[in-house]
Amino acid sequence: MTTLAGAPSTDTTEMNIVQAVHDTLRDEMRRDDRVLVLGEDVGARGGVFRATHGFLDEFGSERVLDTPLDECLIAGVAIGLALDDMLPVAEMQFADFIFPAFNQIVSEAARIRYRSNGDFEVPMVIRAPWGGGVHGALYHSQSIEAFFAHVPGLKVVVPSTPYDIKGMLIEAIEDRDPVLFLEHKKTYRLIKGEVPAERYTVPLGRAAVRTEGDDVTVVAYGLMHHFCVEAAGRLHGEGIGVEVIDLRSIYPLDMDTVLTSVRKTGKAMIVHEDTKFLGVGGEVAAQIAEEAFDDLDAPVVRVAGPHIPAMPFSPTLEHRYLPDVDRLEVALRKLAEY
Amino acid sequence: MNELLRFIGDGDAIPDKPVPDGLDGKDLLEIYRWLVVLRTFDERAVALQRQGRLGTYALYWGEEATQSGPMYACRDTDWVFPTYRQSSIGALRGVSPATVLAWWRGYGGTHGFYNAREHRVAPICVPIATHLPHAVGLAYAAKLRRDPIAALAWFGEGASSEGDFHEAMNFASVWKVPAVFFCVNNQWAISTPFSKQTATATIVAKAAAYNMPATLVDGFDPIACWKATKDALERARGGGGPTLIEASCYRIGAHGTADDPKLYRDDADAARWRALEPVGRTAGYLTRLGVLDDTKRSAIAEEAKRLIADAVAEMESMDMPGREVLFDYVYARGRPDSFAEGLDELAAVRRPPEVQPLRPQAPPSTGDADAPKGLK
Repeated sequence: MTTLAGAPSTDTTEMNIVQAVHDTLRDEMRRDDRVLVLGEDVGARGGVFRATHGFLDEFGSERVLDTPLDECLIAGVAIGLALDDMLPVAEMQFADFIFPAFNQIVSEAARIRYRSNGDFEVPMVIRAPWGGGVHGALYHSQSIEAFFAHVPGLKVVVPSTPYDIKGMLIEAIEDRDPVLFLEHKKTYRLIKGEVPAERYTVPLGRAAVRTEGDDVTVVAYGLMHHFCVEAAGRLHGEGIGVEVIDLRSIYPLDMDTVLTSVRKTGKAMIVHEDTKFLGVGGEVAAQIAEEAFDDLDAPVVRVAGPHIPAMPFSPTLEHRYLPDVDRLEVALRKLAEY
Repeated sequence: MNELLRFIGDGDAIPDKPVPDGLDGKDLLEIYRWLVVLRTFDERAVALQRQGRLGTYALYWGEEATQSGPMYACRDTDWVFPTYRQSSIGALRGVSPATVLAWWRGYGGTHGFYNAREHRVAPICVPIATHLPHAVGLAYAAKLRRDPIAALAWFGEGASSEGDFHEAMNFASVWKVPAVFFCVNNQWAISTPFSKQTATATIVAKAAAYNMPATLVDGFDPIACWKATKDALERARGGGGPTLIEASCYRIGAHGTADDPKLYRDDADAARWRALEPVGRTAGYLTRLGVLDDTKRSAIAEEAKRLIADAVAEMESMDMPGREVLFDYVYARGRPDSFAEGLDELAAVRRPPEVQPLRPQAPPSTGDADAPKGLK
C-alpha cells in the first residue's frame, strides 16, 4: 500500500504490522537480556493479537511476564524495572484500558527524570493497540494519543507501516525516556510492506511524506494516513496534487516537515479519528497559524471524530464515526477548490 | 500473627525485653545515634520553615524509630523507597543532609532534588503509594538477575487505601519478589483517622488477602522495627518472598508545617502518645542496659547538632538555580521543542529582582567607600 523511498539493499520480507511487532520484539529480546515483555496474556496466550506468540517457550516466564489483570501495576512494575537498568516493553492489551495506569505514566514515568535532577530515568516502552474500524465497540476502539502527548516527559509515537514499526520500536526500546508506542489495531493485518532483515532504526519525531503534491497538504497518522493516501490517489486522476504527511510521532512533533509542505501548498488539512476538540489537529493547526499564516491560502481544516464518548458498536454508527476515504476525498477536493 | 512485637519498655508498666540476637552494644548505640540525628534534623527543619528559610516541610517527630530501625537492618546494596515523610532517611546512608534541606528549600540541584541513586535511595514519593509498584518492579529485576538484594518501601496507613498498595502487594506475592512493605501507621492521614481509613483492625490484616507474612510492631520501638525488617529482608533475599510490616505509632506532630491538628483532633491524645516517643524511651532502655550514660548521650546529641548545623550552613550557601535549567532533565537528549522560545519569553519580561530567602548577612566590605568608619 505504501511506497518507501530509499528501499534498503539487503534482504527484505513482506509482512504485516503485527508480524513486524512480533519479529522486532523477539529479535531485540535475543539481542539484549535486559529487554523483557510484561502484560496481560502475553505468555501462554502469546498476546491477544499474537504479538508475543512463541515468546514464552523461547525466553521463559520470567522475561515473558504474565501479570495480574492490572494496568496500573503493569506500568508501575515497568517503571521499577526501568529504574534498575532493565528495558521493559509493557503491553496494554487495548489502549482503552490504559487509564488505570494514567497516574503511573503521568505522575511517575513522565516526571522521574525531572524531579530527580536527571539522577533517575525511565527507559520503558508501553505498547498499546488503539483505534477503531474493527467493530470493537466502545471499549476496544479508542484513541488515547492526545491525553498523553499533552504530558512533557513522555514520547508518543504512532507508526503504521511494517518498516516504521521495526525501526521505531527498536528506537523506542533504546530511547532513555518513556515511550508510548501506539499500534493501530486495524492496520495489524491490513497493512503489509517490505521489512529489511538487517537491524535499523527510524528516529522518533520525524514525519514521512507519503505522496507529493502541490495543491493541498494533509497531515494524518495511523489508519487515517493510509486512507489519506488512497484519497490522494483518487484526486490525482483529477489533477489535484495532495501531499500526504504521516506524522509517525505525536511527540516529538515534526512541524518542520509539515510547515515546509504547507508553505508550498498554502492549504492544510489534519485528519485523525480521535475526537476533534483539543485533539492533535488543534495543535498542528495552531502551529501552522503561528508559523505559516502568511503562506495560507485557505483556513486550516480538521476532519476528525465527533464529540461523543466512544466509538459506537452499531456498524452504521461506527462507519459514521470514522472518517473514511469517501469523506476525505470530498473534504480534500473542497479544500483544493477553495 | 498480629501480636505486637516490642522490646523496649517504658521503665514503668511496659516491661523491657532482652536485646534480640544480632545486636551488640555498638549496634544499639548506632541505632540510637540515628534516632538523634533524625530528630535533630526534623526539629531544625521545622524551625527553619518557621523562619522562612525552608518551604513547606513534612515533619516526622516521633516516627524516627520507623526509619532508624529498618535502615539499620538494610545492607547498603538493598534499595530503599522513601516517601516525603522519610525525606532525610538517605542521610543515614551517605546522602548529604544539606541536599535534603536544599530540596525542601527549592534549590539544591537544578530542580532542588538531591542525587541519591548511588546510595540506592529511590526518588521520594509524593503522590501516595505510587512508589510501591516501583519497589516491586525493581525487586523483580533483582530476582531476574539472581542478585541477592531486596527493596524496602515506606508508606502510611492512608496509602493502604490506594489501589497501588494492593496491586503491588498482590504482584509481589504472586511472583515472590524480594520486597518489604513497611507501613508506618501513625493513625492519621492529615485529618482522617484510622477508623475512617479502613474497617480492618490493623493494616497487617490485609496481608492475608495476598497470602503474605506480616508482622505488627511497636512503631516507637526502633529495636522492634529493626528486628521485623531484618527478618523480612533476610527472607526476601533468600527467595522467600515479600513481607508486610505495620509499625503502629501515632502522628504526634502536624501532617506538615501548613497543617493545624487542633482543627480536627484532641491535643490530649497526642500528649498521651508523646510519652512513648522513641528517642527518650530508647535512651531509657539503653541506660537500663548499661549501654548508654549521660556522657555518651550528650556527646551523641552534640555531634548531631554539629552535623545538622553544618548542613544548614551548606544549604544556605547554595545558589538559586538560573532560569535556563527550567528546561533541563525533561528528556534524556536535547531540550523540549519550545525551549528557545520559552527562554526568550522569560528573558523578555522585566521582573523585580527575585526574592531571595533569608541568609546570614555578609559583613560590610572594608573597601566600600560608604562603609561606616571605625569598623576595623
